[in-house]
Amino acid sequence: MNATVQTATKPKATLPDPDINEVSKQYWDALAKGKLTFQHCRKCNNNWLPARGECPRCLEADWAWHEASGKAKLISWVVFHRAFHPAFEERLPYNVAVVELAEGPRMITNIVIDDAEKLVIDQPLTFVPAEEQGHGIARFKPA
Amino acid sequence: MTTNLSGKSVIAGIGATKFGALPGRSTISMNVEAIRKALQDAGVEKDAVDALWVKCPTSKFELMYGQKIAEATGLQPRIGGVWDQGGASNIMMISYAAMAIEAGQCEIAVICFADNPKTGSAASYSRPRGDDALYGWFATLSSYAMIARRHMGELGTRREDLGAVAVASRRHGAQNPNAQLRKALTLDEYMALPPMVAPFCRDDCALVSDGAGAVVVMSAERAKKMGVKKPVPILGFGHGQTSWEVAQRPDMTSTQAKIAAETAFKMAGLSRKDIDVAQIYDCFTITVLMTLEDYGFAKRGQIGDFVKGGNIEIGGELPVNTSGGLLSETGMPGMQLIHEGVRQMRGEATLQVKNAKHCIISNQGGVMHTHASLILGQ
Repeated sequence: MNATVQTATKPKATLPDPDINEVSKQYWDALAKGKLTFQHCRKCNNNWLPARGECPRCLEADWAWHEASGKAKLISWVVFHRAFHPAFEERLPYNVAVVELAEGPRMITNIVIDDAEKLVIDQPLTFVPAEEQGHGIARFKPA
Repeated sequence: MTTNLSGKSVIAGIGATKFGALPGRSTISMNVEAIRKALQDAGVEKDAVDALWVKCPTSKFELMYGQKIAEATGLQPRIGGVWDQGGASNIMMISYAAMAIEAGQCEIAVICFADNPKTGSAASYSRPRGDDALYGWFATLSSYAMIARRHMGELGTRREDLGAVAVASRRHGAQNPNAQLRKALTLDEYMALPPMVAPFCRDDCALVSDGAGAVVVMSAERAKKMGVKKPVPILGFGHGQTSWEVAQRPDMTSTQAKIAAETAFKMAGLSRKDIDVAQIYDCFTITVLMTLEDYGFAKRGQIGDFVKGGNIEIGGELPVNTSGGLLSETGMPGMQLIHEGVRQMRGEATLQVKNAKHCIISNQGGVMHTHASLILGQ
């Protein structure tokens, strides 16, 4: 999805923007450059998403952003045949998935595939950088 | 040193408004009607009530909502408040009332809930989940569908198994004169429905309903002294909080419902085989399958075999949601299940399970974030 297409199909209704704060800004800045990152705890080696100020395992605030390998697996997915927001009316049916990065963190995403009903639980996936409403986002495709 | 509270408290009365569309009614007004009817049912004068626990309406969070209900009922409670645990709140509040009564903090508690999403706003059900609106991640039902797909892929659960839950609730609701949706559903009809958020279709989802429900809780001793006609003993309760968002949960197909039920069974001194009838929170069909598995009624991955062939319908091994549940009676988050459990134990349910001595009830909230179990007896 390139910027031109984005402008041409820009929905009248605007989607809620993500909450970009002091902690999450680096995540969104990296995605805007096509890089998927996650937080790594220097104290206990835990990796996580979404962005938070403290490690949810050891509660310390000593972490760094690491770039993900882009390898992931499919945990689950759904296919929307009904739009709950006007911005998605013309995209039906579309899928939303939960994936687990090779490094551990899980996230909400979309799978780039024509027929999402052909997906299989736990199948390997690869990161695909994308753009939505001026923000970089992370989609995945079957590996 | 712990005290076992099993049987120390009772549900002395229940009351509810009509279910469905109640245009023009505020949640405060509906709460007051439900409380009035619950007190009449218990034979308790309002001024004897000294505790009030309230679940805030799902469709509109209001600060200090519990105090508004206290004012509208002319009460100045010794203890109580609003409990924010979604659909698990009602059983949770009943258990806190039982604990507070035993601790001498109050004597007669009212627990109530009201909401009007049908004639008011149902927007809370379709809101974006977390920070992921850019991915199209909207609506409560989608998160439950995400869990259902994992359950199907990991454990072999089929749409027919989800359908068996809908068929049971709809069969029971069709025979309930107070139910909002009185239309039985066959498995073939269910299987033929188009997907809404696959793997879910419309009939996997709870109704959207206006209405209120209340219960009165007091000690068994007090109920005896007051001559309460049909007190229903609270034999066991337990809570569990899964808490994390669906995407963050390491295990998507099992929840802390397991811990909640274990705690309740232990408190009651009962096991699964002692349960004659169950009211299982059916906001979505998958919730019933997972709750029954987590409660130990079927082994993990074998729930399809348990629910098929009418086994959870009236006349089956474990009749579930005998008044129609959230799928057919009313979408109310859980209070109606407690009421039906009380009616079954009193022997006055429309679809009465013969010789039923123990009923287990589940309440859960968020997207399986919170869970509470309640075991009632006679």
